Amino acid sequence: MKKLKLVVIGNGMAGMRTVEELLKIAPELYDITVYGDEPYPNYNRIMLSPVLANEQTIDDIILNSREWYAEHGITLHTGKRINKIDRVSRVVTAEDGTSSKYDRLLLATGSMPFMLPIPGKELNGVIGYRDIKDTNIMIAAAKKYKNAVVIGGGLLGLEAANGLKIQGMDVTVVHIHDTLLERQLDATAGRMLKKSLEAKGLKFLMRQQSDSVIGKDGRVAALRFKDGTEIPADLLVMAVGIRPNFALAESAGIHCDRGIVVNDTMQTYDPRIYAVGECVSHRGMSYGLVAPLFEMAKVCATHLGNFGIGRYVGSVTSTKLKVTGIDLFSAGDFSGGEGTEEIVLHDAVGGVYKKLVVKDDKIVGSVLYGDTTDGSWYFQMLKDNKDIHEIRDHLMFGQNHLGDAGHKGQTQAAAMADSAEVCGCNGVCKGAIVKSIKENGLFTLDEVRKHTKASASCGSCTGLVEQLLASCIGGAYQPADTSSKPMCGCTDHSHGEVRENIRERKFLDIPTVMRELQWRTPNGCASCRPALNYYLISTWPHEAIDDPQSRFINERAHANIQKDGTYSVVPRMWGGLTTPNELRAIADVTDKFKIPTVKVTGGQRIDLLGAKKEDLPAIWNDLSKAGMVSGHAYGKSIRTVKTCVGAEHCRFGTQLAMDMGVKLEKMMFGMWSPHKVKFAVSGCPRNCAEAGIKDVGVIGLESGYELYVAGNGGIKTEVAQFFCKVASDEDVMEYSGAFIQLYREEGYYLERTVHYVNRVGLDYCKAKVVEDAANRRELYERLLYSLQGYVDPWAERAQPSKVRREFEILEIS
Amino acid sequence: MSEWKAIVALEEIPQLGSRVVRAGSGDIAIFRTSSDKVFALHDQCPHKGGPLSQGIVHGEKVTCPLHNWNISLVDGTAAAPDEGQTACFEVKVENGQVFLKT
Ligand code: SRM
Ligand SMILES: Cc1cc2nc3c(=O)[nH]c(=O)nc-3n(C[C@H](O)[C@H](O)[C@H](O)COP(=O)(O)OP(=O)(O)OC[C@H]3O[C@@H](n4cnc5c(N)ncnc54)[C@H](O)[C@@H]3O)c2cc1C
Ligand code: SF4
Ligand code: FES
Repeated sequence: MKKLKLVVIGNGMAGMRTVEELLKIAPELYDITVYGDEPYPNYNRIMLSPVLANEQTIDDIILNSREWYAEHGITLHTGKRINKIDRVSRVVTAEDGTSSKYDRLLLATGSMPFMLPIPGKELNGVIGYRDIKDTNIMIAAAKKYKNAVVIGGGLLGLEAANGLKIQGMDVTVVHIHDTLLERQLDATAGRMLKKSLEAKGLKFLMRQQSDSVIGKDGRVAALRFKDGTEIPADLLVMAVGIRPNFALAESAGIHCDRGIVVNDTMQTYDPRIYAVGECVSHRGMSYGLVAPLFEMAKVCATHLGNFGIGRYVGSVTSTKLKVTGIDLFSAGDFSGGEGTEEIVLHDAVGGVYKKLVVKDDKIVGSVLYGDTTDGSWYFQMLKDNKDIHEIRDHLMFGQNHLGDAGHKGQTQAAAMADSAEVCGCNGVCKGAIVKSIKENGLFTLDEVRKHTKASASCGSCTGLVEQLLASCIGGAYQPADTSSKPMCGCTDHSHGEVRENIRERKFLDIPTVMRELQWRTPNGCASCRPALNYYLISTWPHEAIDDPQSRFINERAHANIQKDGTYSVVPRMWGGLTTPNELRAIADVTDKFKIPTVKVTGGQRIDLLGAKKEDLPAIWNDLSKAGMVSGHAYGKSIRTVKTCVGAEHCRFGTQLAMDMGVKLEKMMFGMWSPHKVKFAVSGCPRNCAEAGIKDVGVIGLESGYELYVAGNGGIKTEVAQFFCKVASDEDVMEYSGAFIQLYREEGYYLERTVHYVNRVGLDYCKAKVVEDAANRRELYERLLYSLQGYVDPWAERAQPSKVRREFEILEIS
Repeated sequence: MSEWKAIVALEEIPQLGSRVVRAGSGDIAIFRTSSDKVFALHDQCPHKGGPLSQGIVHGEKVTCPLHNWNISLVDGTAAAPDEGQTACFEVKVENGQVFLKT
């Protein structure tokens, strides 16, 4: 069968997205010819701002290379502008005479910057901001000239101004209204934004109306305002709006009304001709953001592909400003008005402002400034028309606060519904991403971008996509962030890569790792060496060389260094239990070594603070005699297992919490880990041992125990998440031991359990530990194996030996 | 009057490690690099006096254990962006013996 001819006019984001969608569903249907008047293949226009701000290069932002067109058999004409559509003979003709016949025609001509009709607008150096050419003009001007003026305090104007400032120009933004981004922000947020931009060095002239451009030798020299004042300008960027580009369609007699008029299938009044993108007028609306254009592209492709499904019914849009360091999110109707209520959180000092506009228990608008983490969550509820009555109290505190142990709260992405939108730019929902990851065997962020487009545009959803990847493929996934992010300046390798190499190639010492992985420095630095040491000893217990010189002083000296260079000694009190004999030994040591401070710690034991380093071995010797061992209060290691009195004494106790705690602590004695590890065991759900904020929390019930994991009581309190229920003490040891071993094997150095679980996903950990009995057993056995034969480091150093020289001071003879 | 004094056998300082010498004017840290070069610094970080002897040694630098400043073993200066300097002492190794000039 002979293929139909599809001609596309406009080689931009909407047109090419339609072609991509079409190739997915009907790759053989058409011979495709694309005309674009820019001299480039399709590129990511929205990334022109980062290019101007020196964050990306033109090469980075090409979406479809010329090879891509060739591979798909698409004829590409760049630098050719179509100026005639003959609808009778179905031929389009370019300015240079090139012409093509079509069976179907797709118009995707985008829009043009609106240039203020003021005298002097045709002078050199007066430009809009739309394409690579404009961007290059700006970059070149910045090299030669000093003063830039941007007319328009909207998204585009501010991004242009920010970029020009970074290029080194003195930039003034002229805005006709009182506040910036008045269509996206309310007055408060607008003022906060202005303040932060001023701090970045931008200047603003508000409520100024431009009158004329003053030239000198054919080039712009100044901008004059209606009030007669002037400012110098060597470059004048007009960013006052865009106008759909429909002149060509109109000249061909296609019905236009401030845009090419299309129906819900993206068809124009000529049934052979479709239109998508900024050039269209759909239900009286034109859009200037990519998300709606991509929705149009999808619908249009199904009709071009003869599937005839899908209707485009318009879009609710949200916006973000792409200025590094400024977090701003706005969606829907935030102006309030009748019948609406506002929920506002404003921290002027902290630079955070959040406003939600609610109508009939539904979110109708939101403005976030300074903290936009929950932007997509609010936006999703807005689009879903979700009734927020029940969660109203928590709304402002964000999605994080909804989950706690009782809700079996998930990681953010894990907790999202399949229909929840992850990528706002491309309208990709969670279900589609998860399906694609699974069906196409995707492993990297790049692959997900390629297959689903999620996170391929502005990139602000990257974190969520990474979480999804991690929750689908777990340890096999290395987040782009960390996989592109080297461990430290000594190497190009990420933590994940290094771990993998150590495992796969069985490296056993640091010099080998550094040699084989081409470290740039002779012996690394204080940041990579401790990490490498941990990776080696955790991957190859009893085989790898544990290098004391690569451990932080606390781990090397087995005590915590204090601000004055003295040390603290925290003997282990298993499960928080002690005896008169131990207390007596502590008292004696305190007297004998003149320890200035004795304190009960937050971890249910006693801290002797202010010991001299050279006294440590002798102190340990005395403590050892009373049967006490190191509490490892200093290490990336098992710290404490906190317990309550439990069924041993408590009238409510259901399980022997102290006994369970002591067993767990003994099981893990001497365990090194990516970061410190804390457990707690409570005898009943009253939870007096605070098991809800521990790396592993155990709660006794009449019928057994509940295990919670990945809690954290430190820098950011994180409530532990429900992991599973088990019946016996042996199960508690095996399940929690296996979970900790998984973390030991896959965690990155200095990642606590909560961060590890957030990275790989709770479901992944459950799959490895709870659901897979054989794997659990193996993990548990590997844990026990690595801890086999561990010698108390204090006892070891209490006796004269080589490790003891660390503590000996040299005297000048 | 400064003179060379025998301090310790090179062997007794771990590679990428240090030993502390108690001197009248305050502790002195003696460092040994992976290529067996030896350096001596006043055992006090220019930041808040942290004991540099307790830091991690890498290349010809030591990272202070208290707040991670990087101090040059060669001349005692703090690496940018931090600023400051710690006093240095002359050291030499002869026949496996470390000598310090005080
Ligand atoms: C001694 C103690 C305070 C006290 O007097 O009670 C303490 C002291 C220190 N804590 Fe802590 N923490 C102590 C209980 C806690 C607790 C409470 C607990 O364990 O129940 C927490 C919150 C729970 C948690 O970890 O999730 C806690 C969260 C932290 C954090 C934040 C960790 C995080 O992931 O957010 C740090 C910083 C770090 O580790 O990077 C920290 C770091 C430190 C260091 C080691 C700071 C340092 O690097 O020098 C402190 C050593 C002081 C010193 O000079 O000896 N300490 N620290 C407690 C020792 C408990 C023990 O017996 O081992
Ligand atoms: C600097 C900048 C930053 C932006 N940032 C964002 C953002 O953060 N988020 C967001 O959602 N949107 C952003 N946008 C808007 C977004 O880029 C546009 O909405 C989108 O590119 C429109 O796609 P389109 O295909 O309709 O038009 P275009 O991408 O402009 O494509 C149209 C193409 O057709 C060509 N053409 C027109 N007429 C003819 C003809 N007769 N013959 C041949 N070729 C023709 C044009 O030269 C152009 O290459 C930004 C825009 C700019 C300029
Ligand atoms: S909270 Fe912990 S780290 Fe902070 S001062 Fe107290 S003991 Fe030190
Ligand atoms: S005392 Fe050395 S870094 Fe602060």
